[in-house]
Amino acid sequence: MSDRTIDRVAAATPPPVARKIRGLSDRAIAWIFVAPTIFLLLAINIFPLIWTIRLSFTNYRANRLTREPEFIGLRNYERILTDSDIWLNMQATAHFLFWTIFFQVLIGFTLAWLINKKFKGNDLWTTIIVLPMMLSPAVVGNFWKFLYQPQIGLFNYIVSFFTGKDPSSFEMLGQVNLAPWSIVIVDTWMWTPFVMLICLAGLRSIPDYIYEAAEIDRASKLRQFFTITIPMVLPFLMLAVLFRGIENFKMFDLVVQLTGGGPGSVTELTSINLKREAFEKWRTGYASAYAIILFVTVFGLASIYVKALNKVKER
Amino acid sequence: MSNFINGLLRLRRGPWEMLATIIIAVGVFMLMQPFVIWAFTYSFITTLVGTVMFIIVSHFPE
Repeated sequence: MSDRTIDRVAAATPPPVARKIRGLSDRAIAWIFVAPTIFLLLAINIFPLIWTIRLSFTNYRANRLTREPEFIGLRNYERILTDSDIWLNMQATAHFLFWTIFFQVLIGFTLAWLINKKFKGNDLWTTIIVLPMMLSPAVVGNFWKFLYQPQIGLFNYIVSFFTGKDPSSFEMLGQVNLAPWSIVIVDTWMWTPFVMLICLAGLRSIPDYIYEAAEIDRASKLRQFFTITIPMVLPFLMLAVLFRGIENFKMFDLVVQLTGGGPGSVTELTSINLKREAFEKWRTGYASAYAIILFVTVFGLASIYVKALNKVKER
Repeated sequence: MSNFINGLLRLRRGPWEMLATIIIAVGVFMLMQPFVIWAFTYSFITTLVGTVMFIIVSHFPE
């Protein structure tokens, strides 16, 4: 019996269908299997993208379906890129991005370094540490809202225990100077385990003989850390930074649950602002241009991410 | 440095990808910096140029 794909498919198919299949080439069979995926990809990803690009050059409003959209060229892009409020939203996003990545890398790497040491209960601690990452952002947002309550919140009581301040004297989610930090704390709490896992993979990929050779050369522990551990974990760390950077650039759910963009607009990240433009002000054309700007930025970062990923794979 | 310039002249993937990556990173920085609004205005075109360049040069030979 022949071992062609087509014959194997035909053998596992009811006779009337098999007769039809036998008339097709292997290439045609392959296309039949791939076609639904390609169709879905085109319908769900590619078509909306092209449609959004088209809408970004118009003054279309989705709540005024009877009005014909007018072509206005690059005016939407011009408005967005000269709007000082959007510039402030970008700065709020930058603040959130910078500090979350900074703390996640610092704490994540330290935890990975500690977990990498062999001690009793190592696996149990790893499981406990990665728990926050497995929770839904909506759930995390809601329970941190309770933790941040000035009257009954545990967070305020812990801060007051260490600083001696009255727990109800400050409001993490309601004060302009504290609200941006409140979202940084929650995101760091939730996603540090992810950075830790990537760093742990990096640390475990370093062969022991390199440290043994360094010991023979009488290199100190500090020297080993800076000349072996850090350079060899760096590509993994890069990967974690890029991944978290892309994810946090698109951050929406957690911040909406916690602050809703307030107080004022100090925690209004770009994705929240975009949602407001699209579904509260109904400036669909304008919001499409905004979405394209964010898309190009994320796509650019993703290109760097793929490059970094390939570098790690080459190792 | 001369290797980098030679690579650029000979249309090699490595240095061109590096250049595209730098342009993307500069574009993203310009988008989010708090110093001057003109940098924010030109950030999108910078990132777009870097991204398109990255797509094209990733097809260059090694």
